[in-house]
Amino acid sequence: MKKQYQKGWLFVTPVLLLVAFNALIPMMTVVNYSVQETFGNNLFFWEGMGWFESLLNSDRFHAALGRQFLFTGLILAIEIPLGIMIALAMPKEGFWVSICLVLMALPMLIPWNVVGAMWNIFTLPDIGLLGYLMNTTLGIEYNMTQSPFAAWVTIIIMDVWHWTSLVVLLSYAGLVAIPDAYYQAAKIDSASSWAVFRYIQLPKMKQVLTIAILLRFMDSFNIYTEVFVLTGGGPGNSTTLLSIDLVKIALGQFDLGPAAAMSLIYFAITLLVSWLFYTLMNKQDSN
Amino acid sequence: MAKITLSNLRHSYYPNPKVPEDYALKEIDLTWDDGGAYALLGPSGCGKTTLLNIISGLLTPSEGRILFDDADVTALPPDQRNIAQVFQFPVIYDTMTVYDNLAFPLRNRGVDEATVTRRVNEIAEMLEVDDMLKRRAAGLSPDNKQKLSMGRGLVRDDVNVVMFDEPLTVIDPHLKWKLRSKLKELHQRVRATMIYVTHDQTEAMTFADQVVVMQDGEIVQIGTPVELFDRPTHTFVGHFIGSPGMNILPCKVRGDQAFFNGQQVLLEGPTNGEGGIVEIGIRPEYVKIGVGDIEAQISKIADVGHHFVVEARVGNTKIKAIVIGEAPEQGATVTLGFRQNQTRLYRDGWIASQAAGVGA
Repeated sequence: MKKQYQKGWLFVTPVLLLVAFNALIPMMTVVNYSVQETFGNNLFFWEGMGWFESLLNSDRFHAALGRQFLFTGLILAIEIPLGIMIALAMPKEGFWVSICLVLMALPMLIPWNVVGAMWNIFTLPDIGLLGYLMNTTLGIEYNMTQSPFAAWVTIIIMDVWHWTSLVVLLSYAGLVAIPDAYYQAAKIDSASSWAVFRYIQLPKMKQVLTIAILLRFMDSFNIYTEVFVLTGGGPGNSTTLLSIDLVKIALGQFDLGPAAAMSLIYFAITLLVSWLFYTLMNKQDSN
Repeated sequence: MAKITLSNLRHSYYPNPKVPEDYALKEIDLTWDDGGAYALLGPSGCGKTTLLNIISGLLTPSEGRILFDDADVTALPPDQRNIAQVFQFPVIYDTMTVYDNLAFPLRNRGVDEATVTRRVNEIAEMLEVDDMLKRRAAGLSPDNKQKLSMGRGLVRDDVNVVMFDEPLTVIDPHLKWKLRSKLKELHQRVRATMIYVTHDQTEAMTFADQVVVMQDGEIVQIGTPVELFDRPTHTFVGHFIGSPGMNILPCKVRGDQAFFNGQQVLLEGPTNGEGGIVEIGIRPEYVKIGVGDIEAQISKIADVGHHFVVEARVGNTKIKAIVIGEAPEQGATVTLGFRQNQTRLYRDGWIASQAAGVGA
């Protein structure tokens, strides 16, 4: 019985090798570093769970993790409802559809470090369009290199500007897939537009929204380039998200052991939250 | 409940219709009596669904008026017309329970909860879904989902008309029959005007007291199923209804006598009109093999179980006959006879012969 499946391995092997080289082997290197101490010269000493323990007890890590969850939570809370609203407002047919879609897709086509640089210049108080407008024209003090609050507002707005489109496009795809008969039936049942949203559009968009939330969670939780280019983690450490802190430890201080331990915990958190979210959504579906 | 009158109705999907072909509906004048069971029958694209959507208010006609009893509702939106519509694909509210689905149209209209409970239970019992009221609607089978969308229409006891737009399309064949008889039973219980749109003649004939046959945006004939079968007023109806449809044979006419392939064919009675393209219409049920004097060659035989459908050729013309019992052999030369009182004459597509004893 088993015999006929043996050939399957031949087909899977190339993929397995590829995954091994670009994921498993680098990952094992990280695991290797995370349990050792090195002082250079390729000399390694066994450290056991030491790095993990000290990291989990470190205030610096807690603070970065807190900032990371705050950032992800805020952008999800803004981008998902905003994306749904824009998708609902977009035309369903006609000339403007393609124009809206292209406009929506534009921000996503811009490379991440360019996004960071753009917003950096945009917000400069002396020459940036937004910075000048706020400080000089409107008289509102706005300098993200000095005020942590301004820095936070800027990174949130930047991410919303860059990635709400993804939620819009996914929601829009879910919306246009709803057959007309649903809207017609709702009309005949004299459902309010809120009821149409609550009982037709939202349930029909659930699948794509799950994907949207998952993608936005993973991407924003791992965000590095844009924020690094914009604020460099500052002022002070106020916008030092997990990834920025990780790079500081790994490349700035060259503490390979703690950095490796941190990567693994970072990875585990991303994986765990994504898995929990996805499983819960699916479980709710099958009930 | 209401009588529905369609008056000089025309509809086009183009902004500036000019030629008749631009119209999806051409000049419809029709009255649906209160409490009747109607079927709207026709091939795909003949304007059935357009007509239905105009009655329900999902479409506004380009020209003409719709009256419910004596009130003009042409400009009213669907929710103010008090109608119900069941769509081709079951429309249910996935996240709600069966109960909430049925209660939805009532609650939206601000009906008090006690009445809601009474009506929902009544309808659920009628539709035989009362054992699943607490279940989430998303998990139902297609036929139960379709029952549920019917139920949402029937739950309001004041609906003017319930419309069905090919409601059995997604239902398994063995359940179609069940659901169809359920519909018929429902009609007898609630006595609401019902309009059933379909391209399936069996569905139309079993459901309706009156069948409206449409073609290319026009009504071709209105009649009981028996009338449509016996005396199609147009060759289209003759061909569309029946399995297989009516044989339409080219012929020549001299006086009241018709000649097919050079031989005289006795018609049911006197003819009217003159000129035009004339054709003989005879249902396969009334073509007899082995009697009469039209020579033909058997070209095809299909065994459909209870009888044979035999196709014979006279020159280039094919004639179908239904044979019960023994079928002739393929390729054999036989003679065909038409039963006289079922042999009709059509002029330019419309009936031009009268039954013997009727008229002069």
